[in-house]
Amino acid sequence: MLGNYLKMALKVLARRKFFTFISLFGISLTLLVLLVATAMLDQIFAPQAPESRGDRTLGIYTASLRGEDSVYNGFAGYGLLDRAVRGLPQELPGVENISLFTTARAAISYVGGQKIESSLKRTDGAYWQILDFSFLEGGPFTAEDDAAARFVAVINETTRGRFFGDEPAVGRTIEVDGQRFRVVGVVRDVPILRVVAYSEIWVPVSTAKSRAYLKEYQGNFMALLLAHSRADFPQIKAAVDRRLDLAEAHIPDRRMFQTIDAGADTLFEAVSRTLFEARESRPELLWALLLGLAVLFMILPSINLVNLNLSRILDRASEIGVRKAFGASSHTLVGQFVVENVVLTLLGGALGLGLAAAVLAGLNESGVIPYADLRLNFRVFFEGLALALFFGLFSGVYPAWKMSRLHPVQALRGRTV
Amino acid sequence: MIQLERVTKKYRTERVETTALDNVNLTIDQGEFVSIMGPSGCGKSTLLHLIGLLDAPSGGSIALDGKPVERYGDRALARVRNERLGFVFQQFHLVADLSVVDNVEIPLLYRKTTGKERRRAALAALDRVGLASRTHHFPGQLSGGQQQRVAIARAIVGKPAVLLADEPTGNLDSQMGDEIMGILQELNQEGTTIVMVTHDPRLAERTHRVVRLFDGRQVQ
Repeated sequence: MLGNYLKMALKVLARRKFFTFISLFGISLTLLVLLVATAMLDQIFAPQAPESRGDRTLGIYTASLRGEDSVYNGFAGYGLLDRAVRGLPQELPGVENISLFTTARAAISYVGGQKIESSLKRTDGAYWQILDFSFLEGGPFTAEDDAAARFVAVINETTRGRFFGDEPAVGRTIEVDGQRFRVVGVVRDVPILRVVAYSEIWVPVSTAKSRAYLKEYQGNFMALLLAHSRADFPQIKAAVDRRLDLAEAHIPDRRMFQTIDAGADTLFEAVSRTLFEARESRPELLWALLLGLAVLFMILPSINLVNLNLSRILDRASEIGVRKAFGASSHTLVGQFVVENVVLTLLGGALGLGLAAAVLAGLNESGVIPYADLRLNFRVFFEGLALALFFGLFSGVYPAWKMSRLHPVQALRGRTV
Repeated sequence: MIQLERVTKKYRTERVETTALDNVNLTIDQGEFVSIMGPSGCGKSTLLHLIGLLDAPSGGSIALDGKPVERYGDRALARVRNERLGFVFQQFHLVADLSVVDNVEIPLLYRKTTGKERRRAALAALDRVGLASRTHHFPGQLSGGQQQRVAIARAIVGKPAVLLADEPTGNLDSQMGDEIMGILQELNQEGTTIVMVTHDPRLAERTHRVVRLFDGRQVQ
């Protein structure tokens, strides 16, 4: 019977080209947007190399300093983060490692008279232990390199190409923002969407031109805390909160700012904290927002499909009457119409997946998002498939039930009520 | 084979009650060719729909093969319609999205048959009505007479015991009408019981018995 339903569905869809086109367009476009958005969120939040330990990593990504008349919302300074995390691995057994590093900032180099703009990040040695970079040459710099302020650098594959063409880079020197660094390692390119790992050049924090950053509360630093497991998160968060409370007494400009809003968050929590400008992270709000948007995005084309299907009742009343006259029960007709819709939505789903794959490939190639590596992974694929089935059932069941309830005599007369 | 006892059919709206059939008693034996005649609106089609189990009477009882059908549920009625009855409509009611052969296969879709068996039976039915060469055409590509022949092929493909035809020649010219009537007579000679609604006394003359209705009442 299912085979018949499928065959019939394909025939009906092939003959009703306009209806099929409109339906497929709606479904595939919706899935395309959802899949591209999911792939981007995946790239930002999912634990993937070099952030493969992301599921047991907390970070202090931003900080707010507040005073009676002043507010600072932005990245924290080294001085603040140092107070928040220094010595935590010794204090809390749940903390495996900590790292302080800057955000990626533009840095200028000249190669053969040509200006090159690169992203440069200053990190400590622990950064390379927490993150899981794939080295093409050499290796990372160490805590000793940072302590000794050695002018060493790790660069990415693209930067190696810019400076040295196809030749190996380890042992050679690059000049960035007027400082000369010896290359000790070359890593694979990291997508810009991976906030923690992304850069093109990484050098020790201690090679900064000034030591003023050591005491600053406002700056361009982040902190990473690698826990032994997620179960340690509550304890770590509480410890960081306590330390941040104590750090308030040492705010460099106490006349402007008196309180600090920051905390150890997962990346998702940090985004929610920033998005809602909340003192506490609000991941449940961000989840609700994302799910709400996704549901809204799915419901609109579903309602459209339900409407289209209901309007088809009039069109297909005679067919329903004929099928009933020749032995179709209401139950059988529901099955037939639901299968028709599921086939339609699966086709739309497949089309949406294909389009999404093409758009993601286009985005990766275009360079609009530097080093983007957006992929339709299996999880996203199955989410897409589940969405398509949800569409098919959601938009098919009610019209199918309505169609099946038509009185055969009324249906044969072309009436739908 | 088919027995109707004191059958009435009333249609109710919020304010008006219309009696379409009033106290109809009718017995149709196996192998009969019965025509139902009467002026427009006298209840001919309503009677055919009741015999075809497409509608339920407001009063009285209907029995098919000696079994009363009042208590049959949706599935049981569907099965009886599928296995025992075949319909030919004035408007043909072919599914425009399906080819001729797919239209003819429709009754068999609701039986346990393989695709090959369905196709073989559908082609045989089309051959029976002289349309073997049009199997892959769509209804819109056929003349009225050809469409009605497809409709007859669809009605007989499942070898029903009873064929119910609602003005099968009503939309055809007289020559086409004669052809369709010829096919129906052949089917009847082969053993199929036929109940036909018609306005045309010439066609009614060619059947075994005429049932006349007037204002919902049986007058002959």
